[in-house]
Amino acid sequence: MYSYQPFDKAFVRRRITQFREQIRRRLDGSLTEEEFKPFRLMNGLYMQLHAYMLRVAIPYGTFSPAQLRQMAYIADRWDKGYGHFTTRQNIQYNWPQLDNVADILEALADVDMHAIQTSGNCIRNVTADHFAGAAADEIEDPRPTAELIRQWSTDHPEFMFLPRKFKIALTGSPQDRAVTRAHDIGLQMQRDATGAPGYTVIVGGGLGRTPVIGQVIREFLPKAELLPYLEAILSVYNSIGRRDNLYKARIKITVQQVGLEAFRAQVEERFQRIRPHFSGVDQALLTELEAAFAPPEYQTADTSAFDQARQQDPIFNAWAGTNLHPHKHPDYAIVTVSLKAHGQTPGDINSHQMRVLADLAETCGHSDLRASHEQNLILPHVHKGDLPALHAALREHGLATANIGLISDIIACPGMDYCSLAMARSIPIAQQIAQRFDELEHQIGPLKVKISGCINACGHHHVGHIGILGMDRGGVESYQITLGGDHTEQATLGKRTGQGFSYEDILPAMERLIQAYLAQRSTADESFTDTYRRLGPAPFKTALYAHV
Amino acid sequence: MSKSFRPGVITANDLRNGEVVYFTAADHWSSDHTQAEWLADAAQAAQRLNRAQQDSHIVVDPYLAEAQRNAAGEPEPTHFREQFRTRGPSNYWHGKQAA
Ligand code: SF4
Repeated sequence: MYSYQPFDKAFVRRRITQFREQIRRRLDGSLTEEEFKPFRLMNGLYMQLHAYMLRVAIPYGTFSPAQLRQMAYIADRWDKGYGHFTTRQNIQYNWPQLDNVADILEALADVDMHAIQTSGNCIRNVTADHFAGAAADEIEDPRPTAELIRQWSTDHPEFMFLPRKFKIALTGSPQDRAVTRAHDIGLQMQRDATGAPGYTVIVGGGLGRTPVIGQVIREFLPKAELLPYLEAILSVYNSIGRRDNLYKARIKITVQQVGLEAFRAQVEERFQRIRPHFSGVDQALLTELEAAFAPPEYQTADTSAFDQARQQDPIFNAWAGTNLHPHKHPDYAIVTVSLKAHGQTPGDINSHQMRVLADLAETCGHSDLRASHEQNLILPHVHKGDLPALHAALREHGLATANIGLISDIIACPGMDYCSLAMARSIPIAQQIAQRFDELEHQIGPLKVKISGCINACGHHHVGHIGILGMDRGGVESYQITLGGDHTEQATLGKRTGQGFSYEDILPAMERLIQAYLAQRSTADESFTDTYRRLGPAPFKTALYAHV
Repeated sequence: MSKSFRPGVITANDLRNGEVVYFTAADHWSSDHTQAEWLADAAQAAQRLNRAQQDSHIVVDPYLAEAQRNAAGEPEPTHFREQFRTRGPSNYWHGKQAA
């Protein structure tokens, strides 16, 4: 992975020194909250419902065992012994104190981490396929490009005060695991007729209040043209994006209002003008970055322990069936470590588990770790022969839940247990659903449930097979269900079923929905989504509402 | 303000540790909502909020939260958001409920 250069280190330390001073001036009364707020947001510090929250960036979801150990240390020393992985591949601490934040940032800087670009109207922390560099279906590892974008976008003087926040996601695989169609810009790697890799550029996607599936603005962009093209998009958006209305300020609204063709014309015009100013330095850097992300030295070893364990150990076999993904090396597997133990908070991991996982990444994972937007962690390169021992070790520490892609592998935003913007709680809904369907979930099969505590949709409910949106209806928590969403390359927005359900009624509603699916599926292999696509919403709506 | 006014208490977050705090009749900030000053009159509430906002070196973003009085005469928030703020999150025994 990329190691910070002296420039990066100096930049991060300088920012901490500035922020330490800003905190001091806030605490001694020299700065008002209004003055201080933009500074703290530039450093990932929010005020939430019960406490401050520090959001730490994990660019493109890649981190090392040493970084994970430092996250554990921070959790123990300055927080409550755990961290929360978010839907943007970040980690959040829910209980920092203001006068400790600069020390926390110093501790992060010790392992080349920071909290920059995790808030504010800038280009946010760039996200990528969490299986990048490992997935069997990958064209090329997108992370060198992601790192290039990180370096280009960090403190980019033109894009520090955009109309709104701006999120870029990349995938190097045709199977889109990075939800690229729901980002301000999504980049999907492709090959042209000559076999050279480049990107399909998608623009104007986003969830939130006005969910929009992004549209293709450039079918194929050669890799060498990426930065000038991104800069052209950002530049057009920066000049014509609306600043008069918070709810109309995202690029998705700009593209809608201007029209894709007109927007594209402006971008192309701008691109032609700025293209000559990119001298090729970015491409030289990209070549260096590609070397930094070279694949690990794969081992050649016996894999029979894996085959034996699959045959002889049903618990291992169940886990292997859900939590492993094909690796580009036939003797290897990608392991997803579930942070969704039934009844636990999606995305949470305690400091002890962090240390265990850091050790395991070192002993059998080529020291590589990832965070997924689905709030799980990944060991991207595990030799199959090591899997039985890895599984046993994970199991001992509550990290071997065999539920990836199943109903309990729920994305849930912090909701009203933490978030000051929330309208209702998300976490307890996720906990109840996971516990209720624990026994049945392998029978139910693949099913993505995504829960947001408000219309901002951090829990991606619009693209859940079943989406749940928390609302406040007359001073009571209410949950609206959407069906038929899809977060993959066939991105689709779910459709609302009807009236919301109360906190008490949402679990029974989910039970009726799942019963209806089980009764209606044509075979045990027909997934919830396929059944929904075949039958449409009617039988599910009947199940949800006919009893009232 | 008077049109939509509902009786309540003034609440904010502590500047240093972020804890939920309530403005008392003695111009102090208490972590206990039952100690909050009960504000039943719109004009008085506006004036007290004005006073609370002067404590920007102690607290962050004070506002008026709707509340009613319990049998003991203590203020209790009426909205679930404010009720959660008196306790802490529901997934862990953290926050005020752990105190
Ligand atoms: S969806 Fe709403 S409640 Fe959930 S984290 Fe985002 S802003 Fe907060």
